[in-house]
Amino acid sequence: MKTAEEIFSILKEKFGDSIIELKSDKPVEPFILTAPLEVDKISIYLRDNSELLFDSLMNLSGVDDANGEKVKDENGNEIIKGGNLSVWYHLESTKLKHKLTLKVSTDREKPEVATVTEAWKCADWHEREAYDMYGIIFLNHPDLRRILMPYDWEHGYPLRKDYQNPEFYQGMKVPY
Amino acid sequence: MGILDKEFSEGNIVIAKTEDLFNWARLSSLWQVGFGLACCAIEMMATSASHYDFDRFGVIPRPSPRQSDIIIISGTVTLKMATRIKRLYEQMPDPKYVISMGSCANCGGPYWEHGYHVLKGVDRVIPVDVYVPGCPPRPEALLEGLMKLQEKVRNESMVKKSA
Repeated sequence: MKTAEEIFSILKEKFGDSIIELKSDKPVEPFILTAPLEVDKISIYLRDNSELLFDSLMNLSGVDDANGEKVKDENGNEIIKGGNLSVWYHLESTKLKHKLTLKVSTDREKPEVATVTEAWKCADWHEREAYDMYGIIFLNHPDLRRILMPYDWEHGYPLRKDYQNPEFYQGMKVPY
Repeated sequence: MGILDKEFSEGNIVIAKTEDLFNWARLSSLWQVGFGLACCAIEMMATSASHYDFDRFGVIPRPSPRQSDIIIISGTVTLKMATRIKRLYEQMPDPKYVISMGSCANCGGPYWEHGYHVLKGVDRVIPVDVYVPGCPPRPEALLEGLMKLQEKVRNESMVKKSA
């Protein structure tokens, strides 16, 4: 069983600059911020290293940080320019009984994160949901399609903070 | 009205208008599409089970829209489901009836403002005969909704179009 600090130093030694920092000043469990395009290699290391053995991805979730600049578009709706979208990974080792939270932050205008489906198969649908709701592109994902919204949905990503619902979908009025 | 009040005091002859007879036959065996959507569907299943016994009204779940008389929209209608519901409804033979069960199917319910995926009322895609309020409605409420529908069928005319 390892603490977040110990896991951080193991990862830092192996991956260097890809492991950005350990944040433990938040009122939640400590988490490790990593580079979005390296998280595929990190995930396989986390799974296979005999000191870590993170065999279970408990959850993967997208977050709209909404930390960009709020501007009005031509219709007067507030939209967000710049800032970040994040992906959180909650891992558990069922053998060593320790847990870890990973975070990657990616550019809102070009949100690209490497897939972790190589390490954990269950990430497939989690990543599809994060793609469906936030538009985060998971590079090398085997089947990156929408999972909840209709396949022909063309009106954006509904859980983004500046999402605007369309007036109509297939001839059906959407607003109340 | 029913046909029993037109019975002769003696003998086994019943006199009734064909219209009344047909309506009585139709309202006494309203087969429903075996179809449920959300938590309202659980109440609908409870209504079908032995305690409330939907079958005593002649309501049997029929796993084919082509041999059904009513469809009970029991739950949240998402935009994705709405196109399928419309298709199910169009596959049903006339005369067909729709019961909208619960707040979601009536008007969007708790999803009315932020439900980006919810159709705000199933009456935007198919015509509804009876709205049953509740979230979800108790089986008694659904039974009353069905009795209201039976009332509607009872007063229908073969020659005059109902409103």
